[in-house]
Amino acid sequence: MNFSDALANIGRSFFDGEAMLRTLPDMLAYGVWNTLLLALCATAIGIVVGLLLAVMGTSRHRLPRVLSRIYTDVFRGLPAILTILLIGTGLSPLFNLFTRGNPYPLGILALSLIASAYIGEIFRAGILAVDRGQLEASRALGMSHGDSMRLVVIPQGIRQVLPSLVNQFIAIVKDSSLVYFLGLITSQRELFRIGQDAAITNGNLSPLVLAGVFYLIITVPLTHLVNVIDRRLREGRSFGRRPSGTVPPASPPTSAGAVATAAPATSAATASAATTEPLAPATSGAPR
Amino acid sequence: MTILTAPPAVPSVQTAGDLEIRGLTKDFGATRVLHGIDLVVPAGTTTCIIGPSGSGKSTVLRCINRLEEPSGGEVLLDGTDVLHGSEDALRRRVGMVFQHFNLFPHRTVLDNIVLPVRRVRRVSAAEARRVALERLTEVGLAEKADVRPASLSGGQKQRVAIARALALGPEVMLFDEATSALDPELVKGVLALMKGLAGAGMTMVVVTHEMGFAREAADQVVFMDRGVVVEAGPPAQLFDHPRTDRLKTFLDQVL
Repeated sequence: MNFSDALANIGRSFFDGEAMLRTLPDMLAYGVWNTLLLALCATAIGIVVGLLLAVMGTSRHRLPRVLSRIYTDVFRGLPAILTILLIGTGLSPLFNLFTRGNPYPLGILALSLIASAYIGEIFRAGILAVDRGQLEASRALGMSHGDSMRLVVIPQGIRQVLPSLVNQFIAIVKDSSLVYFLGLITSQRELFRIGQDAAITNGNLSPLVLAGVFYLIITVPLTHLVNVIDRRLREGRSFGRRPSGTVPPASPPTSAGAVATAAPATSAATASAATTEPLAPATSGAPR
Repeated sequence: MTILTAPPAVPSVQTAGDLEIRGLTKDFGATRVLHGIDLVVPAGTTTCIIGPSGSGKSTVLRCINRLEEPSGGEVLLDGTDVLHGSEDALRRRVGMVFQHFNLFPHRTVLDNIVLPVRRVRRVSAAEARRVALERLTEVGLAEKADVRPASLSGGQKQRVAIARALALGPEVMLFDEATSALDPELVKGVLALMKGLAGAGMTMVVVTHEMGFAREAADQVVFMDRGVVVEAGPPAQLFDHPRTDRLKTFLDQVL
């Protein structure tokens, strides 16, 4: 076999249009939606649990701080695939009672447990980045610690980390491919599993390339969304005077791939949304 | 475009709140920063605290409303001890204005006032709005009700912060270097508002570097250095006839 034959082989292996076309219907019918469903559910649950973890992690009391720390260390420290396998197969006897042997909810659960740990750290960094004067001012006005955190500090902290949150969603989209280990039925399979199955059947990698294209269609616009949010926040007006020496938040680590960095809020609110919650201060969060 | 804002109307105040501090000490770890402060601020009067940076002026202020818990001594408001009850109850009676304003950037100017009024005084939304607008009008910023603090000048921010503190109906107001973060041309408006407040009979404790303000508006000036009150008395006495070398040196540096 000469060099040009080798190139032709590789070309067929990656870009076999027929193999791609055969896989396309399944990708469109199930793959995209399962990937999005897994990622959206995990992110939604992750936001709720992550907020709880962040509130516990910034508590004045030791016990909730320690519990939050332990949870975060465990689920951020384990490889995603290990958590997914342990939760997805290990808990199945218990969950079979409710889900009739369907591992799909367990996949969501496992992804959510991981997402919660990362999102919790993102929120915690955001809350800690809020100028201390905000808490002092609301306490000095007679508001309770709980009210001050809930109505003044946390809303500002969350705004600062919106770009990091989008980055985390991108990471979760990619991590969702790992549920393929759980033995899902055809209609439950996400992009990667469909691509991999077809690749094995056809003896050709093209279906996986197609899956890759779908991932990029989902993730690339989001990475640009991050940049748009980021720029809008940066170009906004100055966000009130900050005492010098305000500590920038630690970079919240994110899972595989997307790396987010929460920067201190130095720029500002869009006066857009009239009623409640406009986007506000800046974070730098371009995925590398 | 108006360059100068008309002098604000005199805010309505309640004259109450004799404030007395006895033997106040504060330790940060092993470091004692306040060595037994005694201070009496009769209701309706203004006391200015002056002194070099690090002398403990702000710490005294922050101990009065317990943003810092005093390590020892007493703080009495109308003769009753306030260090052992609820800190939130104390803070309802004592308003505070900060050097960096600390307005809530995610809420409109009006909401900055409505929020604490609603949460602390437990009044209806309509009543909180009414009070907030009234206070904003007093500081001459009613037309800014619906904008966010980011679009205000420093002076306007500080006036909103003052309106916010007043909206809770405090008996005593604490000012912690309220004009130190302002551009020079904006200082005047805020000082005028504070003078108006003092003139209207608000009980005030003002930590300031504005000697002119202290001389004109204070009933009593307190000079602090290294955690102790070095001299206290009427402004004329302190500024014109300082008795201690420390005060003389300080005045030479700042005047």
